[in-house]
Amino acid sequence: MSAAILEMRNITKTFPGVKALENVNLVVREGETHALCGENGAGKSTLMKVLSGVYPYGSYEGEIRFKGQRCEFKDVKQSESRGIVIIHQELALIPYLSIAENIFLGNERARRGIVDWNETYVRTKELLKTVGLDENPNTPVGTLGVGKQQLVEIAKALSKKVQLLILDEPTAALNEEDSDNLLRLIVRFKQQGISSILISHKLNEIARVADSITILRDGKTIETLDMRTDEVTEDRIIKGMVGRDLTHRYPERKPNIGGTLFEVRRWTVHHPQQPGRKVVDGVDLYVRRGEIVGIAGLIGAGRTELAMSIFGRSYGSGISGQLFKDGREIRLRTVSDAIRHGIAYVTEDRKQYGLNLIDDVKRNLSLANLKKLSRRGVVNENEEIVTAETFRRRMNIKTPSVRQKTGNLSGGNQQKVVLGKWIFAEPDLLILDEPTRGIDVGAKYEIYTIIQELASEGKGILLISSELPEILGMCDRIYVMSEGRITGEVPRGEATQETLMRYMTGSGGK
Amino acid sequence: MGIVKNLFRTNVRQYGMIIALVVITLLFQWLSGGILLKPLNITNLIQQNSYILVLAIGMVLVIITGHIDLSVGSVAAFVGAVSAILMVDHHMPFWLALVLTLLLGAIVGAWQGFWVAYVRIPSFIVTLAGMLLFRGLTMIVLNGQSIAPFPKAFQNMSAGFLPDFGSFRVHMLTIVLGILLSAATVVQEFRSRRTQRKYGFDALPIPWFAAKLAAVVAVVNVFTWVLAQYKGIPNILVILFILVVAYTFVTNRTVAGRHIYALGGNEKAAGLSGVKTKRVTFWVFVNMGALAALSGLIYAARLNAATPKAGVNFELDAIAACFIGGASASGGIGTVVGAIVGGLVMGVMNNGMSLIGLGIDWQQGIKGLVLLLAVGFDIYNKNKTA
Repeated sequence: MSAAILEMRNITKTFPGVKALENVNLVVREGETHALCGENGAGKSTLMKVLSGVYPYGSYEGEIRFKGQRCEFKDVKQSESRGIVIIHQELALIPYLSIAENIFLGNERARRGIVDWNETYVRTKELLKTVGLDENPNTPVGTLGVGKQQLVEIAKALSKKVQLLILDEPTAALNEEDSDNLLRLIVRFKQQGISSILISHKLNEIARVADSITILRDGKTIETLDMRTDEVTEDRIIKGMVGRDLTHRYPERKPNIGGTLFEVRRWTVHHPQQPGRKVVDGVDLYVRRGEIVGIAGLIGAGRTELAMSIFGRSYGSGISGQLFKDGREIRLRTVSDAIRHGIAYVTEDRKQYGLNLIDDVKRNLSLANLKKLSRRGVVNENEEIVTAETFRRRMNIKTPSVRQKTGNLSGGNQQKVVLGKWIFAEPDLLILDEPTRGIDVGAKYEIYTIIQELASEGKGILLISSELPEILGMCDRIYVMSEGRITGEVPRGEATQETLMRYMTGSGGK
Repeated sequence: MGIVKNLFRTNVRQYGMIIALVVITLLFQWLSGGILLKPLNITNLIQQNSYILVLAIGMVLVIITGHIDLSVGSVAAFVGAVSAILMVDHHMPFWLALVLTLLLGAIVGAWQGFWVAYVRIPSFIVTLAGMLLFRGLTMIVLNGQSIAPFPKAFQNMSAGFLPDFGSFRVHMLTIVLGILLSAATVVQEFRSRRTQRKYGFDALPIPWFAAKLAAVVAVVNVFTWVLAQYKGIPNILVILFILVVAYTFVTNRTVAGRHIYALGGNEKAAGLSGVKTKRVTFWVFVNMGALAALSGLIYAARLNAATPKAGVNFELDAIAACFIGGASASGGIGTVVGAIVGGLVMGVMNNGMSLIGLGIDWQQGIKGLVLLLAVGFDIYNKNKTA
């Protein structure tokens, strides 16, 4: 076993009132990929902030040694100068600047304050080649997809002579293909001797690339597993993370499917800025009462665009096609039309499109159906509190009070608030767009349970997800989209990851 | 005890603001040798600040939706000018002129709301243009000159007082109104306490509840008693009172109010929850226009003249009042009561500094610092709790 590049010993970090970390130990060895696992709020990000100097030396207890030397970082600059670089979940790139400018931002190739653009350009070319990104260094970052932006971030890290690369949920926003690329890159770095710490909720990724795993729970180190010697399965990791056996990751369910509830015919949507471009192309689909219908596809396949264009034309231009509910044609020109016809859309991006983070839980819960709580335009606030309390209990939203700001809740609980808001709107059809993105295993299970309850009440569910196991575990029937078209329809019994993947990449089901 | 502590912690900002107002008032009361709280001076204070407070009510709604309105001073001047043309030059009855000019203000608001909400030009730019446009129109309408005098009935809106009955040493109607208002408050408080009980919520413990009621009753009656020593309740205070109560109700208790806050907090999320974001923005500007018109009328009536220079810098005072009162520049946060308290803080400081003979130069500088410190305190508090 190689020597340790990083040792964090007995790290304790307290915030007013909470112990975020308690005697945490983390040892990363030279040239290995070390995964850090834990539920949301387990202390992963806090630990990484301690390491990188976001929380300066002195604000925590314990000892950090990097390459055998004691470290007392006062800020991020100091840790970066030692070669410790974090790539955060939310990318920190500036969209209007070019790739080259972004990579050398704050680290400009300059002599006496004057930038040497030739050197910047040449160095960027080299770095892009290393990460396998074939783009002109002068391209503005904003025009790249998320996957490519992630690669730019990594190139930026490499430009700082990185020795320990920390990736915080690097694939959360990536599709399968881009994730795959990224994971391969991590493996390649390992061969070149760069150690990395990978924080991820996706256990299959961890199983693929990690050499060892440290599991945190409630701010404590639970265990460190060595993938090379120990027998480590996904279930084993989950058990460590949640402290209990999750024998079934998807709750058991007997579907009780009724008549057709909702139908979409020849639905076509054009890009709002480029009128000639079809984003959704002649889609036909239907959902029956009590049925959970999945839509699988790669990012950019047009799933979110399909959902939003159905939901009161919230996306796109030049929309054509027909919608039927209970056999009758309906027209949904605005979001209020859609809500009135019993359709709800839970967005994939809860922070940007789902919640008012500066307002409290109860007001977020009630927003889509204030009508029910009001008489002649006046809201009954007492009724509102009672309703919010009901949802808090029913959905197990962990918050000290329904008056708490939603911005202070964890991701999983925020997601429950968004879901609760739409359940309160009393829809017949729920379109769920990536309902479990970026939330921990325990909360996922709870959300799955809620979705199944809704189906058993006779509602129709349209579930958009990029995680194939989720689609396979939850859905009664699966549509696959690729490039704006439905390329396949697969019933539960016949669906496997391989068949779906073939439809998703457009290589056909045969 | 826990519930009281909790109440205080969640309302630090509101209580802090009111405490600041009390401290500033006491400070100037002391510095001015007791002149500040003389009945005459309090009446002056109300009349001097009324038009800014009216603007602040409209402005806080605009700021909650995440916008700004720089044109209100010019719009006030423009509407004042038009009202003078109607009443002074064309001898239109004052009530008809009032209705028409308020309507004109709403149309001006609709014009700006259209560009902001539907064309999506940033409100800063639309209303900067409006500030120039309506200042220009004011000068055109007035031909560069002042128009005066207004009919007596119109002047009374700003300068008049409620009538009195009998002949006592003090203004009796004012005292009676004070008693009626405190009685109504007490009944209202008991009612909401009963509903809280019915729903099984934690209510304020009895001693605290009694103390709160006693404090409210005392403040109301001392205030009316002081006013009664002079000429009683100014008409303008009645208008302000109605506006504050109505707008507080709308923002706190109605669906429309919720939509305004939701829009300011997260426009996209509000839109996807069925809030008609464009329509709400549009109507907030229409409302601002109408209140700017009212403010212009109050100012013209108080001055008893429409002048081309009326309303200069009103927008800045109104905006400052909102921010001192806890509104957030990024939208979604702010209250009508906060804006009023913010406006009063500025008003008391203006008045107090004049009383102790500080020059306009020092006044400006000190007001600037107070604005900065109030918002700084706000942000410091927010970071501490986050």
